[in-house]
Amino acid sequence: MRVTLFIPCFIDSFYPKVARSIVQILERLGHEVDYPAGQTCCGQPPFNSGYWDEAREVAVRQMAIFRDAEVVVSASGSCGAMFKKFYLELFHGHPQEAEARALAAKTSEFSEFLVEKLGVRDVGARFEGKVTFHDGCHGLRELGTREAPRELLRAVKGLELVEMGEAESCCGFGGMFAVKYPQISTAMAEVKCNSIIETGVEYVVSNDSSCLMQIQGYLSRHSPRVVKSLHLAEVLAAQ
Amino acid sequence: MSTAAQFQIDADRTTADEPRRAAVRKALGNYQIARGRTESAFASWPHARDAAAAIKYEGVNHLDRYLREFEEKFTARGGRVFWASNGAQARDYILRLARERGVKSIVKSKAMTSEEIHLNDALEKDGYQVVESDLGEFIQQLKHEAPYHFVFPCMHLKREEISALFQQELGSAKTDSPEELTMIARRALRRHYLDAGMGITGGNFIVAETGMISITENEGNARLATALPRIHVALVGIEKIVPRLADLALLLPMLATAGTGQQLTCYNSMYGGPRQPGDIDGPEEFHVVLLDNHRTRLLADAEQRDALHCIRCGACLNVCPIFKNIGGHAYGTTYQGPIGSVITPHFRGLQDWKHLSGASSLCGACTEACPVKIDIHHHLLQNRRNAVAEKKVWWERWLWAGFRQLMKRPWAYQIAVRLAPIGQVFHHLVLGTSLDPVRPWTKTRDFPEAAPQSFHDWWRDRKVVRK
Repeated sequence: MRVTLFIPCFIDSFYPKVARSIVQILERLGHEVDYPAGQTCCGQPPFNSGYWDEAREVAVRQMAIFRDAEVVVSASGSCGAMFKKFYLELFHGHPQEAEARALAAKTSEFSEFLVEKLGVRDVGARFEGKVTFHDGCHGLRELGTREAPRELLRAVKGLELVEMGEAESCCGFGGMFAVKYPQISTAMAEVKCNSIIETGVEYVVSNDSSCLMQIQGYLSRHSPRVVKSLHLAEVLAAQ
Repeated sequence: MSTAAQFQIDADRTTADEPRRAAVRKALGNYQIARGRTESAFASWPHARDAAAAIKYEGVNHLDRYLREFEEKFTARGGRVFWASNGAQARDYILRLARERGVKSIVKSKAMTSEEIHLNDALEKDGYQVVESDLGEFIQQLKHEAPYHFVFPCMHLKREEISALFQQELGSAKTDSPEELTMIARRALRRHYLDAGMGITGGNFIVAETGMISITENEGNARLATALPRIHVALVGIEKIVPRLADLALLLPMLATAGTGQQLTCYNSMYGGPRQPGDIDGPEEFHVVLLDNHRTRLLADAEQRDALHCIRCGACLNVCPIFKNIGGHAYGTTYQGPIGSVITPHFRGLQDWKHLSGASSLCGACTEACPVKIDIHHHLLQNRRNAVAEKKVWWERWLWAGFRQLMKRPWAYQIAVRLAPIGQVFHHLVLGTSLDPVRPWTKTRDFPEAAPQSFHDWWRDRKVVRK
């Protein structure tokens, strides 16, 4: 299958290894990977801030870039939700509504794509360590991705998956929320990170790098011991 | 000070109070366990939610018909209905009634509508003695503090604090036994039921078909407040309407499950009018005040109309990570938590209350927990959009205009990405100082390092090599 990657802007610049891992896994599974170079941001930051006109202008461009793609795979549940759900809101009653619908229909979040679309659970990965999985809220509640990442992790050789308390509770990132209400965002991170630390794991894994930016940011400042954050793709690429 | 600035200060204070946050977290953790157990007793909770949402949809979308049907049935049994467009009309009606009937003392059961229109203040100002009879509300009244949570008014208080309050206000002995504390309150309250000339309640549901008010409670205080005084006044929001009596067969257990994790609350009473000839008890007069107070403004918003489905179970507060960390008082509203953040801008002005819609990570736990399927967290997004459409914030306007210009041009975006590692060198020089542009982040969290090579550049290089 020809898979077109949607690599969110912050993964492109801060976490390129996540995107490289996705390329590696998909190619290992025998798929052709494409990355349209003109992609930038999906427009979620202004959209979430209420600036829909600005978001729409960015989104129109982004949609056009993926027009010819057969399937689109997003490296982030949150940005994937932007394509799959929020573009429909953004373009409701606009000329691009049909295009938004078409993009939504062919877009998947990475873990969901592997499990639901490709029917793959074991990607042939080996990773020694005890990990816990954090559900990114957008992937979990907007896209309904709950089991796919866990199924993938359970199939990794050498990996022990431990569930944390309240795994489904938010890490407190929330985009601009994290800097507009830093005290609330930090309190949420504290609760989340305590749940992670209590499991005794060495790694916290998620299918959303934005959550991991928050979690790692808090852990490396406050955790009494080293807990490393990894995107699901980084674990699945390990051999 | 603006409401938004006050909110920031209050949130600073409450998030710093870790013992209180931990206690609230623990209490709500227990609620989650109880709720999970009760929910699983339903044949299908998802279908129950669909059915409950359909009932409320029908009621709310035909308010005109069902409210009139209620009025007709209720007045046929001698009840009186007053249609209050706003808080002032509702207050005036109740004050006039108390004055005309020579009432001196009033006993109340829990009613958020009365908090909404500040009824107690108005009554006390006119010289009436007003006593809250719900234990949690009674405690909050003694503390001169608004309810912390619209279902659990004093959930933030520890036993010692309640004991100290009772010692000071009621002259009781020190105790940390919940039973003894309840008995102290009970002794203080009983007297008031007997003295009161008027009982004021809210209402959980208005049943059109039978012309009745349904009240749900756990302490039996509403039954006393409605049975003993000569006059019963129920102050109820118009959105509480349901078409049929049979609808309660679903809604009462759902309200209990979502609200407290109980299968049913201890007392569920139906009130259909004043004492009828031949009855041995009940009030001589029964007035229902139907409160609009901007609910019709919300009704006019087709996108967010479903917020009127709310049965005030409090489930969205109980699962909300924002509520758990800032607590109920920081909101500064009658209705706290996610649903409060949705409806308060409609009730009290978007510009003054839009910050509550911003103070959310949009995690959606509220929407998932709502028994009547209100699209709560998406309404927060709509409030943000509506607030911007009304009035842009100057610095945000510049920020997003710049963002748009950058993201529309891949070449500009690529330059920015390549400059990021260099920019970060300078960032390290100002890190943690007042010059730090991302100080709100770096104050409590480390900022990630920009990668020396972006994915975009890696992909381009790889393509060149492969060719």
